Amino acid sequence: MNVIDIEALSLTFETGDGPVQALSNIDLKIAKGDFVSFIGPSGCGKTTLLRVIADLEQPTGGTISVNGTTPELARLDRAYGYVFQAPALYPWRTIARNVALPLEIIGLTRAQQNERIERNLALVNLNGFEKKYPWQLSGGMQQRASIARALAVEPDLLLMDEPFGALDEIVRDHLNEQLLQLWAKTRKTVVFVTHSIPEAIYLSTKIVVMSPRPGRIHDVIESDLPRGPRPLDIRETPEFLKLAQRVRDGLRAGHSYDD
Amino acid sequence: MTKPSFFRDSVVPVLTVIAAIVVLWYVAALFMNHSTVVAEAQLKGLAFTPSATWYRSWALDKPLLPAPHQIVAELWRSTAGLAITSKRSLVYHGWVTLSATLLGFLLGTLFGILLAIGIVHQKVMDKSLMPWIIASQTVPILAVAPMLIVVLNAIGISGLLPKALISTYLSFFPVVVGMVKGLRSPEAIHLDLMRTYNADDFKVFTKLRWPASVPYLFASLKVGIAISLIGAIVGELPTGAAAGLGARLLSGSYYGQTIQIWAALFAAAFLAGLLVLVVGWSERLVMRLMGARPERRAA
Repeated sequence: MNVIDIEALSLTFETGDGPVQALSNIDLKIAKGDFVSFIGPSGCGKTTLLRVIADLEQPTGGTISVNGTTPELARLDRAYGYVFQAPALYPWRTIARNVALPLEIIGLTRAQQNERIERNLALVNLNGFEKKYPWQLSGGMQQRASIARALAVEPDLLLMDEPFGALDEIVRDHLNEQLLQLWAKTRKTVVFVTHSIPEAIYLSTKIVVMSPRPGRIHDVIESDLPRGPRPLDIRETPEFLKLAQRVRDGLRAGHSYDD
Repeated sequence: MTKPSFFRDSVVPVLTVIAAIVVLWYVAALFMNHSTVVAEAQLKGLAFTPSATWYRSWALDKPLLPAPHQIVAELWRSTAGLAITSKRSLVYHGWVTLSATLLGFLLGTLFGILLAIGIVHQKVMDKSLMPWIIASQTVPILAVAPMLIVVLNAIGISGLLPKALISTYLSFFPVVVGMVKGLRSPEAIHLDLMRTYNADDFKVFTKLRWPASVPYLFASLKVGIAISLIGAIVGELPTGAAAGLGARLLSGSYYGQTIQIWAALFAAAFLAGLLVLVVGWSERLVMRLMGARPERRAA
């Protein structure tokens, strides 16, 4: 069953300088349990596509279904967890209360909240930091807390918009490894936006290469790397490098260097 | 790098400035009161030596500019020297003004917050009310205050409330402006997050907009409390000045009691400083309870 089904989707923003076509004729199917990355240069619409799936943007053409229904109903049903580019933690809440934020809105009891806070902070290795405020944590820890918050509503679908883009490479490697373990453990469907080729290939079962002006899908690559947790040094193997070559070719072909 | 020192970094600069002001003040009093002293000497047929003229110009009963020690003596006499129930006690008059200030400040803050909430949530209110709110502050309060007090008196409202309402009129404005900005301060990403949770406007308000606006609220409250005091004093001027610091200022000017005027002025300034300090302390307390990062002062 497809968790996400997109057909002939397009989105045009009306701006002061006239219409801008952010997404053009997108066709994409994402199966349950997949880890899918959108990769492309800035302006290719990868974040916009993720926001359409999350019902944070409205498409102007085509059809899209999320969990077999419209994105809006999926959102109202709280079918997904969303991780933003920045941790977006509320500074006046402790880490535990930040994770509890969606649970308060759903209306869980305090006991249910505490159980989920403990379990999800453990998943991202943040136990012991419940009472800390966001400013007392490093950037990587803050982003892990925001992942715990997204997982706390127990969604089957996790939407992640360049979650590690602002972190240094060492922290990023570490979090990539942890995310893959988390994905293997929880069997969620993940849609992940990135502009890093190794990150996309290391994490994904399917890589969607996008190109700009107008934002469109250039190539969809089914990864032949083993599913489940992968060692970081898989990035040195010939299979990995072959995939990287194909992604790089796709990005180059889709990118117009004329301007 | 030397270690920061409270005495060297805070006490010394403040005391230096105060000392400079006091010296300048004595010199100014010398010049401004000189003609009064000369006139007095002529009247009594006396010939003052220069040093006697100096001393006399710092010791007149109704000087143009009283010397600092005269004001301090008057402040001491009218606070510690009198029972606080006395009609001449500055503590009594200060309390009259303070109670109107606090009531008006409370009403103004509540009114300001409610208006801001409406403006942030209703586009119609934003478009229709904001120009009036700004226009309200361009009206000179000295012109409005007597009318308001006369009108309220005519319908049987007198005493504390009319004065408090003038404080309200002044203090709601910074609260509205600050809170509109504060309630709109959450970043797009924080609002998007609420949208992914399918949170309604009320939950967005209680869990995001309100806590995010707290620093803006306190900035407004600091301005609001100070102008509330001004509102209460202005409100005391046209009522026939029965009681309050405004009444002391007015009766002082009727009878040429400049020392009394200055003492009342200083009492009002002291009260304003105290009120702003209290707001500042509560801000620090609230921000600490909200987990804010402690401020690190630049050396």
